[in-house]
Amino acid sequence: MVRFENVGLRYGMGSEILRDLNFAIEPQSFQFLTGPSGAGKTTLLRLILLSLKPTRGLITLFNRDVTTLNKDEITGLRRRIGVVFQDFRLLDHLTTYENVALPLRVQGRDEVNYRGEVVELLRWVGLGERMHVLPPVLSGGEKQRAAIARALIVRPELLLADEPTGNVDPGLARRLLRLFIELHKSGTSVVIATHDLALMDQFDGARRLVLGDRRLHVYD
Amino acid sequence: MSALSDTPNPRSDPQTVDSASIELKRNMPLVPAESIAGRALVTVIAIMTFLASLTAGAAFLIAGASQDWRSALGREMTIQVRPAPGRDLDAEVKKAAAIAGASAGIADVRIFAKEESERLLEPWLGKGLDLSELPVPRLIVVRRNADQNLDISALRDALEAVPGASLDDHHLWLERLAAMADTIVIAALVIFLLVLVAMTLAVAFATRGAMAGNRGIVDVLHFVGAEDRFIAGQFQMHFLRLGLRGGLLGGGSAILVFLSAGLLSRFWLATPGGDQIEAFFGSFALGPKGYGAIFVIAVGIAVLTGLMSRSIVFRHLQSLH
Repeated sequence: MVRFENVGLRYGMGSEILRDLNFAIEPQSFQFLTGPSGAGKTTLLRLILLSLKPTRGLITLFNRDVTTLNKDEITGLRRRIGVVFQDFRLLDHLTTYENVALPLRVQGRDEVNYRGEVVELLRWVGLGERMHVLPPVLSGGEKQRAAIARALIVRPELLLADEPTGNVDPGLARRLLRLFIELHKSGTSVVIATHDLALMDQFDGARRLVLGDRRLHVYD
Repeated sequence: MSALSDTPNPRSDPQTVDSASIELKRNMPLVPAESIAGRALVTVIAIMTFLASLTAGAAFLIAGASQDWRSALGREMTIQVRPAPGRDLDAEVKKAAAIAGASAGIADVRIFAKEESERLLEPWLGKGLDLSELPVPRLIVVRRNADQNLDISALRDALEAVPGASLDDHHLWLERLAAMADTIVIAALVIFLLVLVAMTLAVAFATRGAMAGNRGIVDVLHFVGAEDRFIAGQFQMHFLRLGLRGGLLGGGSAILVFLSAGLLSRFWLATPGGDQIEAFFGSFALGPKGYGAIFVIAVGIAVLTGLMSRSIVFRHLQSLH
């Protein structure tokens, strides 16, 4: 699904901030991406999401060499990936419902065709009563769930979540993890970037990708 | 999959689905509609459209008035018979009038009496002067038949039979009038184009500002799988709406100005100033064509605003890749 071979990244003429990355994310797999703050977890997720280009090495995404992709193909691949940002990135002028429906709307689908689907997912993440309010009114946990729902609405093959439990209490963090595990069981590959060791200890079936010294170490 | 355990389960209350569906706001513009920059741009577009519409309307009025002057002058010609010692001026005037009257394409010939010719000199010489000793030329006003062609050079040749007679078809005066009117219309066109260029630059800056201000939205749209043309289309719709508001505001104001000017000119019609204004601009009546042109300008500016912002956004997005 995702394969990195000798990938390195540097900004400008500086030294490499990530080097010699070699790993693969298999279909229907679950992995935690961890490491100290500033180790490059978000940067690595951005490389997978094709919002950054590596300065060397080869990235293969859904069996496609990303250097050969044109804009439309990149958009097509992004539609197969769900992403949960650390800072949620909800659009403040749209309701929770519209935010969650956004990935379907940008695909040009008619609203009447996906309305039921979005409402059902909002209920599933516990936002059934909050679907018509604007994000500034939502609590941190509600925003987090709305962001997760937006990532899930397209039934992605790969879910990337950047510190999805960073803004919630331990109880909600556990419930969110259960949600990701259920998603994984339904066939989605999940990558959760986190430095919460307690969270990782709650799921033994996950691989651990540990970033340190600008390199990635894989623990199966 | 199960719902998060501490959350209410709306499935237990079927009515919640319908009420929530009804209250939902859907398909709101992805680029926020209201912003200070947006209101400023609407104001700029309104002012520019107002100026462009005034310029175009003035050009319409002057072009129409100039057409009126030309057709009025073109319908008439003047035969001047200069007096000379030892000649019967009255007889020569009648002879010249007869020659003119006999020509094809002449509808009417009127001889100005000696007193009428002398009265024409009053603005320069004053009233009450005895002009009988002065060799005042006599005038014959010839009105052309609009339905028939007139051979002016043949008439001029025929009038050579009358010593001292000359034909003035107002050719020079018409050319000067036409040149003046054309100059004004061209100047109006140049001003109109300058206004358009200024507006285009304002829209370009506003679009770039909007792109910078909504960078976060553009990023999110990219990450959720939006194509560049979708994002550009959203910005186009945003600016088209702003352009329509500004355009209709400016164009509507210009139409109000012309309607008010038309009403005021009717009140001033009998005054010397009103007569002068009417001579220059006509009756301030733009007519359906003029008002239609202002409407087209307003809508055209809105469309131009939308298309231009789309192009700028598209180029910006391509540069991001």
